[in-house]
This record gives sequence, structure tokens and C-alpha cells, in this order.
Amino acid sequence: MAERFTKSMARNIYLGGSAFFVLLFLALTFDTQVRAMPERDNRDQLTEEVVRGKHIWENNNCVGCHSIMGEGAYFAPELANVFDRRGAGDTEVFKSYMRAWMNAMPTNIPGRRQMPNFNLSDEDIDALSAFLEWTSKIDDNNWPPNIEG
Amino acid sequence: MKYESQRVSMPYFIFALILFVGQIVFGLVLGLQYVVGDFLFPEIPFNVARMVHTNLLIVWLLFGFMGATYYMVPEEAQTELHSPLLAWILFWVFAAAGTLTVLGYLFVDYARLAELTFNEYFPTMGREFLEQPTITKIGLLLVILGFLYNVIMTALKGRKTVVNIILITGLIGLAVLWLFAFYNPSNLATDKYFWWFVIHLWVEGVWELIMGAILAYVLIKLTGVDREVIEKWLYVIVAMALITGIIGTGHHFFWIGPPEYWLWLGSVFSALEPLPFFMMVVFAFNMINRRRRNHPNKAAMLWAMGTTVMAFLGAGVWGFLHTLAPVNYYTHGSQITAAHGHMAFYGAYVMIVLTIISYAVPIMRGRPYGNSNTAQVVEMWGFWLMTISMVFITLFLTAAGVLQVWLQRIPDSGAALSFMAGQDQIALFYWMRFVAGAFFMAGLVVYLGSFFIKGQASPEEEVRGPATADA
Repeated sequence: MAERFTKSMARNIYLGGSAFFVLLFLALTFDTQVRAMPERDNRDQLTEEVVRGKHIWENNNCVGCHSIMGEGAYFAPELANVFDRRGAGDTEVFKSYMRAWMNAMPTNIPGRRQMPNFNLSDEDIDALSAFLEWTSKIDDNNWPPNIEG
Repeated sequence: MKYESQRVSMPYFIFALILFVGQIVFGLVLGLQYVVGDFLFPEIPFNVARMVHTNLLIVWLLFGFMGATYYMVPEEAQTELHSPLLAWILFWVFAAAGTLTVLGYLFVDYARLAELTFNEYFPTMGREFLEQPTITKIGLLLVILGFLYNVIMTALKGRKTVVNIILITGLIGLAVLWLFAFYNPSNLATDKYFWWFVIHLWVEGVWELIMGAILAYVLIKLTGVDREVIEKWLYVIVAMALITGIIGTGHHFFWIGPPEYWLWLGSVFSALEPLPFFMMVVFAFNMINRRRRNHPNKAAMLWAMGTTVMAFLGAGVWGFLHTLAPVNYYTHGSQITAAHGHMAFYGAYVMIVLTIISYAVPIMRGRPYGNSNTAQVVEMWGFWLMTISMVFITLFLTAAGVLQVWLQRIPDSGAALSFMAGQDQIALFYWMRFVAGAFFMAGLVVYLGSFFIKGQASPEEEVRGPATADA
């Protein structure tokens, strides 16, 4: 680099640049969280059951195989839209599908990817279903592109 | 090595490499489970193996960063470490906590582990990369704080170099951002937003400061180029990293709830994120061209060049490939992401830790000019085997990802293949990825083997090097 460009100029770009973008990021975060998200994340539907479902989701490390809104592992299907894919967008259909599915695991088909049986009660499975249904209704800019996730 | 207390970095480096082996073993398990779905089921289900694979990576890189810091800070500050005893105590605490956590993953059912560690009272578990029990997270925070105290006390009492300032700024950022690991709101959209404050702002933010500082330090030592020049570069590189990377966090906000302006902000700023990595390549090669000495530790020089190139390819090019929102709409959460993740972590963070190990460990073993020529040749074989294997892992995962997107994402509902039907179609690429992974493991064994070769380089090598001092 040319000698005219001194170390203190470089330092000022570093300090000024990072301070500016940290502040900008904080301002954008404020706007996103305070103004925009309440309109988009469907939080008025965030029931006790949904919260319980999130804990069941976490306590069984579901994200270790599945993705949810595209984040997680890529070993098993995307679940943010499973309510639409397997429940056809109907709460009761989805709940009965989930109960049947969770209790049928593992399939034990040789050579196939296996999902453990997590020994969840019917109430737990219903809570998990409620969580996934709630998640499917977050406004995520119309992702995924199709029903397969 | 000028200060006796720098030696405390040795156990950190050794333990890091042990965990590295564990990480790759579990990587092979995962690679096989992708094609032989019931391999090790139900003993080690995929989610457990993945948790071990990713958590070992994070923990061993942290051990590597800590080792690097304990080695660099006293020498830069020109003073002994504030408390070598504290560094030793924290080493054992961290090693024990890390080992217990991994054993917990392997031998205790995850839901039971959550129960045993009272997760219900302070739930933080079950989120990707943050699977550790809350008690482990608190332990890690305490270890980092003790470490920072030790390092800052050392830096403050001595010479304040740019390398130390940037390194410590990065480490403070690492500690502060870790606090977001404790924030787990019941609203998934909010949870995800702040989860990225740990994940993205670590790897595409403050960790780049740590990487830049280590690179600058090693280049000062290996090339003998004037510190003023190197420090100027370092400032510009970390400035670019933060200027692009902070708002670049937006590329994770496309499809998890935040509003549409992030599609623009995330695309534009993350498209610029390759810049700091490109500058690191130019920086490293430029300094090496202008070198005032031919350091006989050629292996360390190879790692220093390699880390910049691979970080640019993995983090820069492979990141750019799928970072623009219209592309990411189709590739988000596909094997393209996995391809990028593998090469970026290897290139930027695995290789920078191996760079400082390659430079510092021979010195601590009483070989100030580096290992013997034979040992260096073996180490360089390890370098090439691991690096080329990683290139192939990335290429195969990219091919798998392109096909996955083509089959599963692009067609309309009804015409698109289901996830599992698509996976069956691309199994061949998963097999090839597994073979490349096995070669990586072989490279790691060769690399580790180089540590057991006796002898050291002699100072004459420096004199009869190819290029004379042309700076």
C-alpha cells in the first residue's frame, strides 16, 4: 500500500467503520424486532401449548436431523411447512398424522435413515404439532419454494 | 519463544488436536449414515453424531484460539503471562467440562440430559450448535472470562501492539456475543434472529479478527517484513470484515421472519464479504514476496498461505455462490449450505489454528528454526491430503446440492421430488463425499505422524534459501 496511506488512517477506517455498522445494525435490529416482527411472526397465536411444543422440539434435539425454516441439519425433511405438507393445513388432520407418525418410529427398514422413537405422550405430540403449525404461519417471505420444503 | 509462560499454550494445542481427531471420526460416522441410514442406529443416531461433530469442532477451535493467544500475547507485549497457573487451571476446567459434555451426548439420551441438567429452569438446549447443557454454557462463559482477564492483564502491562489489540478485541467480542446463547425466547422467530448473533457474528465477525491477528503475527515472524506494514494491512482487513460482515448477517434473515428490506441489505453486504478474505490472500502472498528472511519453517509458511486461499474459496467464493436472495431462495438449507460450511470452517479456522501450531509448537519443543526437513515434508503431505480432500468433499456436496435443488426445490408442488426421494437420487455423491472424508482422515493421521519425527531445521537453511532478501 502506498506510503500516503498511513497506519493511523487504516486504524480510523477500522474504528469508524465498525462503530458505524454496529450502530446501524442495532438500529435495524430495533426496527425489525419492535416494528416489523409483531406483524409477521404471528405472535398473538403463541399459546402455552405452542411454547410447550417448542420445549419438546428442543429437548429432543429435533434440529439435529431436521431443518426448520431451512436451519438445522439436512438429514431429514424440512418441518416449517410440514403442517401444510402432511396436514393439508388442517389442525385435526395434522394432529392425527403426527400421532401416527411419531408412534410408528423407528421403521427399522434395513439401510434406511431411522428416526428414533422419543416416547412422547399424546399430549406432548399434540403440543409439538401446535408448535409446528404455529411455525408454518410465520411470514417468511414465502419460503420454501414448494410444498416439499 | 522469548517468555517461559508462553509454554502454557502447549496443552491447549495438544488437546485441540485430540478433539480434532474425534471430530473427524464422527464426521465419518455421519458421512456413512447419509448413505447407510441405519448405521449405528439406535446406539448413535444421526443427531447425536452431528452434535458431537459440530461441538467438537467449536470446542477445539476455541482451544486453538486460546493456545494461540497464550503464545502470542506475552511475546507481543514483551512480558510474562499474568498468571500461568490460572491458564493451567482453566485448561483443566475447560477440558473436563468439554469431555463430560461430549460423553453426556454419547451416553445419555438427550431429553434425559436436559432433565439431569435442569434445562427446564433455564432452557437453552436443543438449538443448532448450542446444544450444550446450560451448565456447560455457563462453565464456558466463566472459562472465557478467566482467560480474558489473564490475557488483558498481560497485554496491559506490556507493549500494546496492533496484533494484540485486534486479537483481544476479537476475543472480547467472542465473549460478549456468547451471552446471546443464553437468550432463548419462546417465539421461534425471535429465537432464530438472536441465535445468529452468536453464530454469524462469531464466524463472519469477531473470529475474523482473531484469524487476522494470528495470520499477521505469523507473517511478522516468518517473513521479517516491517511490523508497520503488516499492522496497516491488518487494520484494513479487519475493517473490511466488520464493515461487510455485520450487516451481512442479513443473509440469514431472508426466510426466518424478518422484513423484506433484509433481502437487499443481506444480499448487498454479504456479496462484499469475500473482500476481507481476498485481501488476506493478497496480504499473505505480498508479505511473503517482500520477505526479508527465508525462515526454515516452510511448513508453517505453507499453512499461512493455504489458510488464506482456502478461506477465500470456502468462505468467500462458496459463500457468494448462494448468498444473493434470489439464489438463496432455492438453495437455503440444502447441501450447498453444507458444502460452504465445510470448506469455510476448514479454510478459515481449522487452517489458521494449524498455522500457529505449525509455527509455535516446534519452538516450544526446542526447535527454534522449525522441525527437521523430513518432519516438514510429512507435515506438508498432511496439509495437501487434508486440503485436497476438503476440496473434493466440497465439490461432491456442491454437486449433491445442485441436484437436490434441481429435483426438490425448483419444480412446482406436485412435480417436485420429496426430500427422501431426492436424497436417494443423489446417494452417489454422498458415497464419493464419504471416500473423500476417509482421505481426509488419512491426511490427519499423516499430519499427526509428523509430530513424532525427531530432529530440527538448522539456521543454515535460512541462508541458502532460494530468494535473497529482495525487499
